[in-house]
Amino acid sequence: MPSSVMPTSIPSAITANGLRKSYGDKVVLDSIDLHIPAGSVFALLGPNGAGKTTAVKILSTLIAADGGQAQVAGHDIAGEAQGVRGAIGVTGQFSAVDGLITGEENMLLMADLHHLPRREGRRVTAELLERFDLVDAARKPASTYSGGMRRRLDIAMTLVGSPRIIFLDEPTTGLDPRSRHNMWQIIRELVSGGVTVFLTTQYLEEADELADRIAVLSDGKIAAEGSAEELKRLIPGGHIRLRFTDPATYQAAASSLRETTRDDDALTLQIPSDGSQRELRSLLDWLDSAGIEADELTVHTPDLDDVFFALTTRQPKETTR
Amino acid sequence: MSTLSLAVRDSTTMLRRNLLHARRYPSLTLNLLLTPIMLLLLFVYVFGDTMSAGIDGGGPDRSAYIAYIVPGILLMTIGATPAGTAVSVSMDMAEGIMARFRTMAIHRPSVLIGHVVGSVLQSVLSVIVVGAVAVAIGFRSTDATALEWLAAFGLIALVALALTWIAVGMGLSSPNAEAASNNATPLIVLPLISSAFVPLEAMPGWFQPIAEYQPFTPAIETLRGLLLGTDIGNNAWLAIAWALALASLGYLWSTAQFNRDPK
Repeated sequence: MPSSVMPTSIPSAITANGLRKSYGDKVVLDSIDLHIPAGSVFALLGPNGAGKTTAVKILSTLIAADGGQAQVAGHDIAGEAQGVRGAIGVTGQFSAVDGLITGEENMLLMADLHHLPRREGRRVTAELLERFDLVDAARKPASTYSGGMRRRLDIAMTLVGSPRIIFLDEPTTGLDPRSRHNMWQIIRELVSGGVTVFLTTQYLEEADELADRIAVLSDGKIAAEGSAEELKRLIPGGHIRLRFTDPATYQAAASSLRETTRDDDALTLQIPSDGSQRELRSLLDWLDSAGIEADELTVHTPDLDDVFFALTTRQPKETTR
Repeated sequence: MSTLSLAVRDSTTMLRRNLLHARRYPSLTLNLLLTPIMLLLLFVYVFGDTMSAGIDGGGPDRSAYIAYIVPGILLMTIGATPAGTAVSVSMDMAEGIMARFRTMAIHRPSVLIGHVVGSVLQSVLSVIVVGAVAVAIGFRSTDATALEWLAAFGLIALVALALTWIAVGMGLSSPNAEAASNNATPLIVLPLISSAFVPLEAMPGWFQPIAEYQPFTPAIETLRGLLLGTDIGNNAWLAIAWALALASLGYLWSTAQFNRDPK
C-alpha cells in the first residue's frame, strides 16, 4: 500500500515507480513503488531473499533495473547515475573496505576519491576514526579487524564525502548485541544531522527502533507500508490479559466474562481489545461492578513480529526442483 | 572539474592504492621475477655451450649466447608481470570495496587504469632488475646509442602496456584468482615459443609460423637490433602494430566488462 499522498513541502530523497528486476525467470523485484521524504529513516524489512539487497543495488546505481524509474536526490538512476553517486553513500551487506591496507589508508583513499584537499582529508579522517572508536586500530590492516570494527570502518568510509542520502544494507547483521546498539546510536546521530537513511533489515526490532516509515518486502512486492504503529494496527491480535492466583476467583471471572480465551493451567484470561483507553475503562468498570479482582492486568498490542509473520508467510519453496 | 582532470586525479589515487598493495605484499611481484632470472641462469650456465654451438654451427660460445637470449628474457619479464596483474585484478574485483567504487562519483575506468599504470611501472622495474642480473653475468650492449636505449625502453613500456591491458581483461573475465592465473598462461608460454632462445631458422619448418606470427618475436628481434645492432627489418613496425592492436583490444575488452553490472 504505497502512499501516494505525501506533504508536498518536504522534498523527496528517493522516489521509485514500478521498479522491476529479474534474474533469469526468478522475479526479484516485482514493481516496487517508494516515496521517501528527505531527512527521514526508511526501513525495508523482509526475510532473506525478499529482494532487499537488490533494491539497494538498483537505487545506488550498482546494477540497472529491468523496468520502472527512480530518482535519488533528484537524479534519475538510469540517466544521471553520476549525479546520484555524488549524493549518496553506500554501506553494503558485505564489507566494502580494502583489507590489504590500513583503516587510516582506507579513509584517506576515500578522501582522495572525494577530491578533498590533502589537509581537509587528514582532518576528516582523524575526526571519523575518533568518532567510530578506531584510533587504536587505525594503523593496522583492515583485514585484521573484527566484524564490528569492519562495519564501523565501512560506515566511516561512507561518511567521508558527507553524503545526503545513506544506504545501509543490513548494517547490524552478524554483529553482537553491543555492536548492534552502537550501530543504532550511530544511525540516530546520522539522522539528527539531517541525512536521509535507507535501511534494510530482517530485524523487526531494528526497524521499530530506527525507522520513521517501514515497508515490508515479501517475494519482491511491498506487502505493507507505514509507520511501525500503522503496521501494527493492520493486523488483529491486541488483547488484555488478566492473571489470577486464586482458582476460585479465576473460575468466577471466567464464567461471567464473555468472549474470553481461557488458559486454565496458567489461570489467565485473554479479552480481545484494541488497547484503547475507552475499551480499557469500560472493562475496568465492568470488573469492579462484578467484584472481580485480577492479580495482574496487562495490555498487549500486536508487535512487528506479528505483522511480519502475517504479511510474509508464504508456502515453503524448498521442495521445488 | 573537467573530465580529463577528474580522470587523471582518480587514476593517480587508484595507482597509489595499487602501489601500496605492491609495497605491502611484495611477494607476488618478487615471485614473478624469479622465473625469468632462473631461466636466464639456466640457459646461460647449464645449456649455454650446447645452445650456442647449435645456433652458430660452430664452437660453443657462452658469452655470445648471453647476448642472444637477454632481449628474449627481458620481454619474458614483461610477460610475467601482467600475468600477476590478471591475478590481482581478479582478486580485487572480488573485494567488497569494488562495489563502493562503483557507487562513487569517480572516473570509473580509473580503477582499471590504476592497475595498468601500476603494473607497467612494475614491469619496467622488473626489467631493470633482470637487466642488472644480465649485466652482472656478462651481458653488454655492443653499439646502442642513447637514442637506441631510449627506443628500447619505449618498446618495453609499450609492450608492457599492451600485455597489461590484455591481462586486465583476462582478470576481469575470470571468476576467481586460480582461473585468472590459468587464463594468463599464454603470457608466460608465448615467449618460450618465440625467437627468445633460438632463432626461427633453427626451428622445424612446421613450427616456424607459430613462432613468427605472434607478438613476442618481432618485439624481441627489435630489441636485439637496438641493443646489439642486428638487422631489425620491418620487425619494429610489426612490434608496434602488435602492441597498439593488443592495447586497444585489451582496453575495449576490459572497460566493456567493467561497465557490465556486477553479479
